Amino acid sequence: MLGRLTIDALPFYSWIAMGGAGVTVLGGVVIFVLLTWFKKWGYFWSEWLTSLDHKRIGVMYIALALLMLVRGFVDALMMRSQQAFAYDSGGYLPAGHFDQVFSSHGTIMIFFMAMPFMTGLFNLIVPQQIGTRDVAFPFMNSLSLWFTSSGAGLVLVSLVIGKFSTAGWTGYPPYSGLEYSPGVGVDYWLWAVLISGIGSTLTGINFIVTILKRRAPGMTLLRMPLFTWTVLVSSVLMAFAFPALTVATGLLALDRYLDMHFFTNADGGNMMNFISLLWIWGHPEVYILILPAFGVFSEVVATFSRKALFGYKSLVFATAAIGILSFSVWLHHFFTMGAGANVNAIFGIATMIIGVPTGVKVFDWLFTMYRGRITFDPTMYWTIGFIVTFVIGGVTGVLLAIPPVDYLMHNTTFLVAHFHNMIIPGVLFGYVAGLIYWFPKAIGFQLSAKWGIRAFWCWIIGFYLAFMPLYFLGLLGMPRRMERYEIAAWQPYLIIAAIGAAVILAGVVCMAMQLLVGIKEREKTRDLSGDPFNGRTLEWLTSSPAAPYNFAVIPKVDSLDAFWKMKVDGTAYQRPSGYTDIVMPRNSSLGVIAGAFSFVLGFAMIWYIWWLAALSLLVIGIVVVVRSSMENTDYVITADEVAAIEEQRFNDLARVPRHDTGDPAASPQAAPAPGSAS
Amino acid sequence: MSADVAMNPQRRGPEEEAYEERAFGFWLYLMTDAIIFALLFATYVVMAPNIASAPAPKSLFDLWHTAGETALLLVSSLTFGVATISMIQGKKGQVLLWLAVTFVLGAGFVAMEIMEFAGMIAAGAGPGGSGSLSAFFTLVGTHGLHVSLGLVWIIILGLQVAVKGLTMPVTSRLFRLGLFWHFLDIVWIGIFSVVYLPGIM
Ligand code: HEM
Ligand SMILES: [Cu+2]
Repeated sequence: MLGRLTIDALPFYSWIAMGGAGVTVLGGVVIFVLLTWFKKWGYFWSEWLTSLDHKRIGVMYIALALLMLVRGFVDALMMRSQQAFAYDSGGYLPAGHFDQVFSSHGTIMIFFMAMPFMTGLFNLIVPQQIGTRDVAFPFMNSLSLWFTSSGAGLVLVSLVIGKFSTAGWTGYPPYSGLEYSPGVGVDYWLWAVLISGIGSTLTGINFIVTILKRRAPGMTLLRMPLFTWTVLVSSVLMAFAFPALTVATGLLALDRYLDMHFFTNADGGNMMNFISLLWIWGHPEVYILILPAFGVFSEVVATFSRKALFGYKSLVFATAAIGILSFSVWLHHFFTMGAGANVNAIFGIATMIIGVPTGVKVFDWLFTMYRGRITFDPTMYWTIGFIVTFVIGGVTGVLLAIPPVDYLMHNTTFLVAHFHNMIIPGVLFGYVAGLIYWFPKAIGFQLSAKWGIRAFWCWIIGFYLAFMPLYFLGLLGMPRRMERYEIAAWQPYLIIAAIGAAVILAGVVCMAMQLLVGIKEREKTRDLSGDPFNGRTLEWLTSSPAAPYNFAVIPKVDSLDAFWKMKVDGTAYQRPSGYTDIVMPRNSSLGVIAGAFSFVLGFAMIWYIWWLAALSLLVIGIVVVVRSSMENTDYVITADEVAAIEEQRFNDLARVPRHDTGDPAASPQAAPAPGSAS
Repeated sequence: MSADVAMNPQRRGPEEEAYEERAFGFWLYLMTDAIIFALLFATYVVMAPNIASAPAPKSLFDLWHTAGETALLLVSSLTFGVATISMIQGKKGQVLLWLAVTFVLGAGFVAMEIMEFAGMIAAGAGPGGSGSLSAFFTLVGTHGLHVSLGLVWIIILGLQVAVKGLTMPVTSRLFRLGLFWHFLDIVWIGIFSVVYLPGIM
């Protein structure tokens, strides 16, 4: 009846694991109690969970990402403190538990922090940036969100019931095969990744169609804001790369569940196939994550330098080039696995070529700032911190792209330092900047700039302290994923790294303060203009937060930086002659239901509860059939309602001063944008 | 949908645009599915020699059986095409008839595939026998699973045609199902040429 689920699944094997389980359960209980106490279930259900509004879906994605960031960060703290003390002693984490921690850290950070954060930003901004009312497939959007959440839920539950994988976030066989990992850990990893991966494929399709088919009239491809461009390329990569992940994990599941021999040691299996398939997804994945962050930086640099982006076209072409190249270099992830010298040489050179378009981008950002009128908003701090730090990571990456060096360095902490050096400034900093930048657009008021700048300094200093020592440790030969070690020379570096993680912790606390203080001071920073930073692109034309339909009248575009042009021409806030009815998708509970049952499906498969798995599959199937047969999925916002909302909007606009749109060189003494940090 | 466009050539309404978006989205979905198949093909090609101690899949192929499967699937694609033509002509009864024929042919295909699989398993060549067999069953089985899902979909859309008639939403769905069905045909031709032909020749 319950498969292999027994009382032994509870985490009695270690106090630490029990503590983690306790916190997880407690967190769930607290949320449950609060929602019940304040009688918010109805509101929560009808306004949020079932919403098909892309802006709300975006907010939910980001909430999920921030929650998982904290969880993944706790894992990181545990690893750093373990390694700081584990010289010649066991440290405090039992064997095997440490392995779960690094596996869940990597899995969470990539799949359940970075991916949802990114998808959240897509949802928040892209439709507004291209001047449309919605994404192409709003229901599919909700499905994607709930599939992703269900994967995240599985990872969280693994802490309480059973164990997580010990095979790392990449789950290489044969270790992740049934022979060496018979427990539920790898299955948790597998189902979490499979289910959320389907969500990501759907997201990719959704945004390709949205961007290619729904742009406002006049917005040609070369008038698209740069963020939208990066989202487009990233979505294409998602649609093309995630199927490889589905195949890799799917075949591993067949090995584990049906005794097949794709990747086993014996009976004709070949584990290199897994590694190849995985990295056909994995390398583009890095660019899937990083390109939208580049998009954010581009928007931020232009807005806060008060200049049009330097070299817009070169940025677009660099983005596209990176997208294409990213598929051709996956082999560098296994230089050391016997492909032969020529193959390695070719892939090594191809890898280095990717650095070229990336370098182009860095120069474009620098030239945008050059002679601009820069405002030091927190987003600019994150951007400049990124540029400086990322260049260091790029240099170490080029080093690793040389196969002989890779032979020495792979699987040492040098590699760990390198990829954190790329992914923390290049991905996380970008998303944080994006969140701060678009927060007023999403919620209606600004985050605290003071705490934002404090958070930045803690993060950047903590980052250098935590990861620079790992480069040295790598050169000293310390392998990654060590749970204990016997070499005294390593310990001082590891202690510095642990201190660095503690400084980052302070940064995380500052981020929480940034939000809390922002909420407390919301009346002061409320954004009535919809355009708090004197922005250049169309999303700043809507109110903050935007009405359900974004634009009462779809704008016409005739240049790059369309909104800026409208402000200069004085056409930005003209009253239209009249309004028409607007049709929008109605809320639907089917997405949540399908997501919930995908969670049950995963859970049942992990524990071999076959009847429950079959049942949930059936429910998901029914949901899909019902939804796809429905015809009246919309509701109408009447012209009168639109007029009322817009009337309010124009009243708000009348209460705020207009931004100065003069040329920075021409009027240097003009007042800075209201709400900016300086 | 073509009727409306013809009446109003300059402006397509939001309805048409929505259907166009769905068709485009569905093409993209088919491309992602094609990638899955491509990778399964590649895996099969790489793993086919890894027969370990089990029989090689190709030693168990039967030319006439495979020819039968192929015939059923190809003809079903034709009959689906006829259903589509009837749909454009607005002949509801004809659509239902040809969908039914397509369904029977497709079901025949799935039945033959199940027979083949059962035969191989009985001969001691199941999916767990060797890497080669795992790759064979997974590639061919994934296609079979798609065909089976297509059969369920034909039933659902058949019911919709019967109940709702050839309305715009229904015809747009039928159009996408058609794409799916022809796509499976193409994949089968790939399977036939990569998996069966080299085995039989
Ligand atoms: C915030 C500060 C962070 C710290 C202190 C940190 C720390 C660590 C540590 C100690 C490891 C284990 C290294 C080893 O011995 O192999 C690790 C692995 C990893 N980290 Fe982080 N990390 C942080 C943020 C991130 C972020 C933001 C991401 C991705 C978005 C990330 C992705 C990974 C991955 C993929 C691994 C490999 C896991 C594995 O070995 O399977 N980390 N991290
Ligand atoms: Cu790579």
